[in-house]
Amino acid sequence: MSFIVQVSYFAAAVLFIYGLKRMSSPLHARQGIVWAGIGMVIATVATLLHPALHGWLNFLLIILGIAIGGYLAWITGKKVKMTDMPQMVALYNGMGGGAAAAIAGVELVRMEEMSTTVQLLAVIGASIGTIAFSGSLIAYAKLQGLMRSTIRFPKQQYVNATVFGVLVILGLIIAFSSTYSMNTLSVFFILALLFGIMMTIPIGGGDMPVVISLFNALTGLAVGFEGFVLENPAMMIAGTVVGSAGILLTQLMAKAMNRPISNVLFSNFGDAPSGEGQAVTGSMKPIEASDVAIMMAFAEKVVIIPGYGMAVAQAQHKVWELVKILKDRGVTVKFAIHPVAGRMPGHMNVLLAEAGVPYDIIYDLDEINEEFPTTDVVLVIGANDVVNPAARTDPSSPIYGMPILNADKAKNVIVIKRGKGTGFSGIENHLFFGDNTRMLYGDATAMANDLVAGVKEI
Amino acid sequence: MDGIIALYIFMLAAFTGYEVISKVPVILHTPLMSGSNFVHGIVLVGAMVALGHAQTTTEMIIGFIAVVLGAGNAAGGYVVTERMLEMFSTSPNKGDK
Repeated sequence: MSFIVQVSYFAAAVLFIYGLKRMSSPLHARQGIVWAGIGMVIATVATLLHPALHGWLNFLLIILGIAIGGYLAWITGKKVKMTDMPQMVALYNGMGGGAAAAIAGVELVRMEEMSTTVQLLAVIGASIGTIAFSGSLIAYAKLQGLMRSTIRFPKQQYVNATVFGVLVILGLIIAFSSTYSMNTLSVFFILALLFGIMMTIPIGGGDMPVVISLFNALTGLAVGFEGFVLENPAMMIAGTVVGSAGILLTQLMAKAMNRPISNVLFSNFGDAPSGEGQAVTGSMKPIEASDVAIMMAFAEKVVIIPGYGMAVAQAQHKVWELVKILKDRGVTVKFAIHPVAGRMPGHMNVLLAEAGVPYDIIYDLDEINEEFPTTDVVLVIGANDVVNPAARTDPSSPIYGMPILNADKAKNVIVIKRGKGTGFSGIENHLFFGDNTRMLYGDATAMANDLVAGVKEI
Repeated sequence: MDGIIALYIFMLAAFTGYEVISKVPVILHTPLMSGSNFVHGIVLVGAMVALGHAQTTTEMIIGFIAVVLGAGNAAGGYVVTERMLEMFSTSPNKGDK
């Protein structure tokens, strides 16, 4: 490897780590991605000088491939709505996993003399990358609404275990023999694709953030392993850093949902004893926006719980306007954010930041939960499962044990909701039937608008 | 590359990743996942090398796919992360406290 390539890779590795470090504090986060971006450009340009590159056709294809892949991803990334960010992360992550697998594919198809260690790492990287690829695409499809249902069938885990077992055996055959056939290799990749799909289809939408984070970590590891195969230190370092950071991030997310990772992956969401949870008594009681406006205007303390519904309706700007006029009247207003509000941890914070809501009125689950009994009005906007008291009270409920925002303990609860349906997990919400709960049916933006108008009239 | 050196690299990089993430506030989890998603876009350089020394047509096709996917990972990861983080840098000034 030429000197200039080596120096560039070194610089890229430094910039990646520095960039990630910067990204972990809100103040410098923006610079972080720019630093990492510079590292990426340096490494990419330097690779054009890599001595292993030969042939004008190969060179042309490289430029063409970068242009096509880069252009398409750049355009889609620019256009996508803020609410759709999580699935885009899944999609781009899947592409990375696919790329790592394809690299392994090129090396394994060639059947060149490789040491057993290298060959083994190539095979491990190939399987992990392929699983991350197909799994991420399924996660993307689920979040994008292309496939809404979770697919389960009897003995699913045994089937998955069998597929995985065969995958491991084939992988070992390829790693330890130099005479594997192309068919073996093809079946190996197909099984890895299949396993990625199989392990993701039974996982419910609520658990998707954890799964995407896990696939992110897996892609990182795959990249690290393929970096070893290609003797490329930039890939080794960046891949491994992302791998370990991703695993930690996955753990943090799973912890925030109070669901061990093994639970997310292997015990199907909704497999709880009855699957349905206790029957709900009582009825949902509707209310008019003007009445809610009066309630809020004369309250002392209002807590707003935003959820994915607010994000979809793009209501965060209107909601912030409402908060401002309430604050002008002397009402204390706080935002309560559940760790998995939206589709990913921190997703809701990003959306509120977009609307200009200052950090200091946004509270975490732990900080706000004891304040609900002294809260006059809780306004739930498009959130559902994260305020379902069944998680606390009903052991037969699929979400039992998940930490929730105790909105039901407030004096009054107003729920803005489009219709009477259940949440993303498909579970009936006991909060909506509570004596102190009133339902405000309608689009979140329209309702926030009515509330703003209502408060102004008083 | 020397196997034991590679092992050292893996070990140090793993601890680095762990350390970098361990003190992150919850609000940055999504941007950071997106940021780390961008960083493994470095797979692009590997894809370029794989395609660059491809000899047969099969190798070239697979290598080309690798480059397209890798470039997508890097470019898409960058744009999405930047858009998320942009909000963090502007919000303290916009929001009136």
